[in-house]
Amino acid sequence: MNTSLYLSEVSVGKHFYWYLGENSFHGETLLVSFFVLLAIILFSVLGTGKLSWIPLQFQNFVEFVIEFIESIAKTQLGESFYREWTSFIGTLFLFIFFSNWAGALIPWKLIELPEGELAAPTNDINTTAALALLVSLAYFYAGFKAKGIGYFKRYISPTPILLPINILEDFTKPLSLSFRLFGNVLADELTVNVLSSLVPLLIPVPIMILGIFASSIQALIFATLAASYIAESLE
Amino acid sequence: MLDPVIAAASVIAASIAVGFAGLGPGLGQGNAAGLAVEGIARQPEAEGKIRGTLLLSFAFMESLTIYGLVVSLSLLFANPFVK
Repeated sequence: MNTSLYLSEVSVGKHFYWYLGENSFHGETLLVSFFVLLAIILFSVLGTGKLSWIPLQFQNFVEFVIEFIESIAKTQLGESFYREWTSFIGTLFLFIFFSNWAGALIPWKLIELPEGELAAPTNDINTTAALALLVSLAYFYAGFKAKGIGYFKRYISPTPILLPINILEDFTKPLSLSFRLFGNVLADELTVNVLSSLVPLLIPVPIMILGIFASSIQALIFATLAASYIAESLE
Repeated sequence: MLDPVIAAASVIAASIAVGFAGLGPGLGQGNAAGLAVEGIARQPEAEGKIRGTLLLSFAFMESLTIYGLVVSLSLLFANPFVK
């Protein structure tokens, strides 16, 4: 089966398992996600530690990031709902953004693991599926909170004929969200891996830069789509 | 053990999946980019807004290709038909 792997150091589907009782965990994903969590905590603590009326350099940058997230939420959710959901959307955006860039920028290959390799946590489909299911829960919660049981009226909203399609949409939304993020991050890493196994010097650099750009766009897309799904169930 | 017929079929199916998945979004992205250039030429002051919308819609079209890629990756690396 694994003859196709000899071409380059691609380790798709190989994981560094941790066992806890009956369950197994993907250790490399957990390690890098905790690193990302620490980085985000450090970022926000440093940014908000010494708040001053006239923002200095780093506080200024953090305020810019928060305003950017607020603008994502505001364009989708509108003026009246966006404040409530800014924190959720911002958490998604920052986690995906930091983990994509952590996978792309930090030379994890220098750290050897017994099996698998350290990479962006979002190149594991379990991470992205968890994030997408969080979005599903969030929009159900938003809809129920806004309309109560009348939320189910949207399933037969134009005509009752569309009921199966409307139900199917609840399954395709998390599926497409998780596949989009997972596929993009994994595709970037695979192209960089394959190119650098063919030509190790200089040639993969433009692809790496493209990957950094594309992964930040993916974080933006995920946050925008989450906001628009929530807005859809609120309206 | 690895059945050679399943292996060959999986590899061919993976390449066909990526190829055809790239076809449609390629046409769509070309169309969108052309229209965006047209819009910028007609109204250069709206360039920032057009660029933002274009990148966002590119990412949506790209995701269709990515679905094909996910299918082919699962055929190559996590094939459910190989025991």
